[in-house]
Amino acid sequence: MEIPILKQGNVLIATLQAAVPDVDLLSLRTALVREVVRSRSRGVIVDVTAIDVMDSFASHILQDLAHMIRLRGAETVIVGIQPEVAFAMVQLGLRLENVATALDLEEGMSYLNRKFRTLA
Amino acid sequence: MESDIQILIHTDQDIVTARQKGRSLAASLNFSSGEATLIALAISELARNIVTYAKKGEIRLKALNGGTSRQGIRVVAHDDGPGIPDLEQALRDGFSTSGSLGLGLPGVRRLVDEFKIESERDHGTTVTVTKWKS
Repeated sequence: MEIPILKQGNVLIATLQAAVPDVDLLSLRTALVREVVRSRSRGVIVDVTAIDVMDSFASHILQDLAHMIRLRGAETVIVGIQPEVAFAMVQLGLRLENVATALDLEEGMSYLNRKFRTLA
Repeated sequence: MESDIQILIHTDQDIVTARQKGRSLAASLNFSSGEATLIALAISELARNIVTYAKKGEIRLKALNGGTSRQGIRVVAHDDGPGIPDLEQALRDGFSTSGSLGLGLPGVRRLVDEFKIESERDHGTTVTVTKWKS
């Protein structure tokens, strides 16, 4: 099932559902990179609040996604990583390096707005 | 006694199914949400190894009732794939033959209480992990 992408101002928002198969993550990555270009967006928020397991594949895809979007000159924030999910990720040895994270959608938005101001 | 839950692993959707079944089994045994997440993540990584290295295999989940009210979950990940040529190397941190994907077995080992692996070249791999309820 395709993950919908919403646009709010110059920010794209994608909200992941609980059980995302790999193929959907891969197509989200492609779709977001394409959409950032098409809509000339400055920021991307990926909301993972509903995700109850973040495995090595998912975190690699999210990390790649953030790097690809940065190469397009936009910023990505991952929001809503649950405490148990964060704990399990670190135990496994996963890290989202050089990727911005925020508590929730609201914090993610204000992070991006601060970022836009300093760049302006 | 409860019977085993068996999940055939072939596609990425099977990985999702396996970890969801693991989580609901953990919930039904009253594991904490944090423990259930560790179990689900371990299952996800083991299932992914099957898809990546052996193409197909199976995951079996079993509820354990260890005499003195000790409860646990055993996960057996089995495939008839190519096997792991160098087990010692595969258990070393930071080693993965598939390149960027997977942190491999040392990571999974850190998520669980007991970890056992048997692998024979051309005869597949069986990883057995157990998580006890704290």
